[in-house]
Amino acid sequence: MAALDTNLDANLSLQVRDLHKSYGSHEVLKGVSLEAREGDVISMLGSSGSGKSTFLRCVNLLETPNAGTITVHGEEIKMSMNKHGAFRPTDPRQVERIRARLAMVFQSFNLWSHMTILENVIAGPVHVLKQPKAEAIEKAKAVLERVGMFERRDYYPSHISGGQQQRAAIARALAMEPEVMLFDEPTSALDPELVGEVLKVIRSLAEEGRTMVVVTHEMGFARDVSNKVIFLHQGLIEEQGNPAEMFTNPQTQRFQEFLANARD
Amino acid sequence: MDTLIQYRQVLIDGTIVTVSLAVLSLILSIVFGLCGAFAQLSESVTFRRLGLLYTMFVRGVPELVLMMLIFFGGQLLINDMGRVTGLWGYVDVNQFFAGVLTLGFIFGAYMAETFRGAILAIPVGQIEAAKSVGMSPRQVFANVTWPQMVRYALPSFTNNWLVLVKATALVSVIGLHDLVWNAFSAGRSNHKLFTFMIAVLAIYLVITALSDLALRWVERKYNVGTRKA
Repeated sequence: MAALDTNLDANLSLQVRDLHKSYGSHEVLKGVSLEAREGDVISMLGSSGSGKSTFLRCVNLLETPNAGTITVHGEEIKMSMNKHGAFRPTDPRQVERIRARLAMVFQSFNLWSHMTILENVIAGPVHVLKQPKAEAIEKAKAVLERVGMFERRDYYPSHISGGQQQRAAIARALAMEPEVMLFDEPTSALDPELVGEVLKVIRSLAEEGRTMVVVTHEMGFARDVSNKVIFLHQGLIEEQGNPAEMFTNPQTQRFQEFLANARD
Repeated sequence: MDTLIQYRQVLIDGTIVTVSLAVLSLILSIVFGLCGAFAQLSESVTFRRLGLLYTMFVRGVPELVLMMLIFFGGQLLINDMGRVTGLWGYVDVNQFFAGVLTLGFIFGAYMAETFRGAILAIPVGQIEAAKSVGMSPRQVFANVTWPQMVRYALPSFTNNWLVLVKATALVSVIGLHDLVWNAFSAGRSNHKLFTFMIAVLAIYLVITALSDLALRWVERKYNVGTRKA
């Protein structure tokens, strides 16, 4: 019903409207909207504290927004005020279902340290998607091959490098066969020499037409790989559009300054 | 030595009571401990306060006092309630049951602290990752929280267990025929108390040594994926 009474475009993979988030009296997001069509690669830029990571974490409800709507392929996440006046999702089952369709890749990888790489990759498909284990293992081997981690499948996360951990985390996300992939600063915790291998994987995923929202500090990635750039400043969208135009001819002074600092 | 062999059945019976008392109390304390830990980590202020009250109260009171309070006081309370409501007649509280309940309740508070610390030691990101693939709270617990919690909890858990095993000796005070009670009675009637107490000491050492071995095995099993120190 929620999907019918709003004039939503069901072709949109992800639609976020007017998202607000405060911590106490500090308003981090002051109404941010985003639309991702199938195959869109959206880069979200902004200096630290601009709210870009918070936005991404709100999209799959790791943080609960204070207001706004989130719609995945026409299905809106039901949220309402509880008796304390806090905005809360009303149906935990729905949140779990939607999270399974929006795979998240974290800055600090967050692989489960007590499981091997292969076990990390099959956990979601087996427990959430209820795939038979043998089938999940076959698919996991394919995605691990895809990110170049097949040889390391029996290693534990603490025994491999950060770049390898992040590629394994991307494989874990891919194994969920998500409709949208959310990347939360996927290369920020990596040593500079390891950034390349991870960016290469993300870039190849973009090229095969995956829908993704990438919060990043990698200007080169935003300019060359994404088809849309959103620049956040103090919890609001300051500028957005096509990367070629935005990078050659920034419209707002803030984005000009941001680009100038980034080039230093 | 001959006396010990002659009385071996008494000692064996006592050991069985002690070990089963310890194991059942341990299971109950894990249940109480998990409830206590989750109450303290809950979003609800009421649960947090209840959890805090439980651990503060129990850890601040001598075990022996609590045991007598529950055993004798509990019996009075149950019988008073029966008399007032007329629903039941005189009830004799079973010592073994009272012992398990008391020890489980007391050590549950220590376990709660152990588990709370262990849960807090799990990197938040790993819990978030589990949520982000769509796991339900139950699945997050079974697949991520529990296996990691066990690893962090084991050293302190082992400690609690050893103290619990020794604390079972206290139930002889309420008249349960455990190892200490049996050995004490036998020793007194033979005027060989020393011999019997040495035997008790040896049996406790065997129990704790065996459990130490078993817990080390569990520790190895749950330590996968961690760097060797």
